[in-house]
Amino acid sequence: MGEKLLMKGNEVIAEAAIRAGCRYYFGYPITPQTEIMHYIAKKFPSIGGTFIQAESEVAAINMVYGAAAAGARVMTSSSSPGISLKQEGLSYIAGAELPAVIVNIVRCGPGLGGILPSQGDYFQAVKGGGHGDYKMVVLAPSSIQELYELTVEAFNIADRYRIAVMIMGDGTLGQMMETVEFRDREEIEEADKSWAVTGTRMEREHNVITSIYIDPEVLEDLNNRLQAKYRIIEQREVRVETYNCDGADIIVSAFGTVARIVKNVIRMAEKEGIRVGLIRPITLWPFPTETFRKYAEVPAAFLSVELNAGQMVEDVRLAVNGKREVYFYGRTGGMIPTQKEILDKIREIYKNSR
Amino acid sequence: MAIVFQRPHALKEKPLHYCPGCTHGIVHRLVAEVIDELGIEGITIGVSPVGCAYNNYEYFECDMVQAAHGRAPAVATGIKRVHPDKVVFTYQGDGDLAAIGTAEIIHAANRGEKITTIFINNAIYGMTSGQMAPTTLEGQVTTTTPFGRKPELHGYPVRVCEMISTLGGAVFVERVSVCDIKNINNTKRAIKKAFQVQMAGKGFSLVEVLSTCPTNWGLDPVEALQWLKDNMEPFYRLGNFKGKDLEV
Repeated sequence: MGEKLLMKGNEVIAEAAIRAGCRYYFGYPITPQTEIMHYIAKKFPSIGGTFIQAESEVAAINMVYGAAAAGARVMTSSSSPGISLKQEGLSYIAGAELPAVIVNIVRCGPGLGGILPSQGDYFQAVKGGGHGDYKMVVLAPSSIQELYELTVEAFNIADRYRIAVMIMGDGTLGQMMETVEFRDREEIEEADKSWAVTGTRMEREHNVITSIYIDPEVLEDLNNRLQAKYRIIEQREVRVETYNCDGADIIVSAFGTVARIVKNVIRMAEKEGIRVGLIRPITLWPFPTETFRKYAEVPAAFLSVELNAGQMVEDVRLAVNGKREVYFYGRTGGMIPTQKEILDKIREIYKNSR
Repeated sequence: MAIVFQRPHALKEKPLHYCPGCTHGIVHRLVAEVIDELGIEGITIGVSPVGCAYNNYEYFECDMVQAAHGRAPAVATGIKRVHPDKVVFTYQGDGDLAAIGTAEIIHAANRGEKITTIFINNAIYGMTSGQMAPTTLEGQVTTTTPFGRKPELHGYPVRVCEMISTLGGAVFVERVSVCDIKNINNTKRAIKKAFQVQMAGKGFSLVEVLSTCPTNWGLDPVEALQWLKDNMEPFYRLGNFKGKDLEV
């Protein structure tokens, strides 16, 4: 490993993108992620990067579409209301099978909501926020170090599968500072981009990037191809952390910064003789269904803790498939659950399950 | 024997899907002729719109990208910024450019993106079957203005060239018509100049082509050309709005 720095999450995303070879960034300002743009605006001129402060989120995601079609590594970032505006573009990116990295530093909604941390965009991110049948890979880091590593990896995954990859953090992750250790050199996977529009040079058939297929049979073929690709990604790209799950009385599921609070709660519960495990999905899609299945009959019950009104808990229930009760605890509006609140919930479930 | 007329190389040998009398075919051909004459087919990337010309990527031999409704200038921006040495054009209708894509065209033009926009203005939505366009004339009957466009209810027709030419980044703006041979030749000259302006790195260029939609106007092709002359040309002044004397 190389340089070790104390940095803010949003700046780490920008730095990681640069290290991953991203030289195109298009975005529109919105709190709490705008430092990504500030960092890029400052750094890009000296490394030959192109940054455009677009007229809207809609324009920004379509610039991403164009740059990706042209074969570049490209990124945009925003926060919840802006991500809603990008859904049109994300659906087209999925249909045209373009690689792109999208950062969502989630704030609380609905509507204009507030600027404080939230995980309220889980459904939008993993269930396909735009129209049609499609998926994005969704990465949910819980520390600044992981934010760095997953941002670099996001570009590789995007190129590997010609797919949009979303890095989903909450406002806390974007705004907090932690030490991050950068590698001296990044693993940048070489990708075949012979499909990109680069000009034919009169040497090949023209390339066409499109998502419209009027012939139903052809469009069904595209959908079948997309679904086959998604099945492969489900097999190969699941990332999950499990902690203390063997012999657990209760297994908590949490992602992002919430998982860090839960880890403290696990130590507090241990002192009371309650063994609590944690399953932390790092990829929200593909969801670590197999991990939940594996541990489905270990604890007396599951508890999903989230910064929303109950979203990931649905996927936990699907994975646990009725083998155990799956409880939920969450806060909304930018409120963060305290360790005590979570511990109280665990105590209650523990008591009821005996 | 000398060949005096043939299909431009930049246009694929494929029957067009447009309605009889539609002038899209003429404009496609002119764009292709210009690409041929400038010898840029191998370095040109086009962006297709949403509307009747959504699949014109099937007709042009150069690389093509299909864009979401109205977003072609943003998509073209992304392409051109990655490949500044390539020639990038968008081909957009009046609904695409002047309604849903107003923000994208204004800001691409204002940033002076070195792209060329071919803007087809036929005063109506074609593909969705004849609804009011931003450029629909006062009194014009459409499927969504069955009693004629009334400014007090529907607002006024938008003059795109006049608007775009006020922007600093737009360096070549011209309105032309394909109502007759003379004007078709003039249209080709304007399109060629617009591409040359881009190739010279001057800034954003736009050619608005007054066109017909016989099907949705409810006229035969010949009547449609006459309607264009009699009704559109008086409101949409033909001519250059910016960059007439630009050296390229």
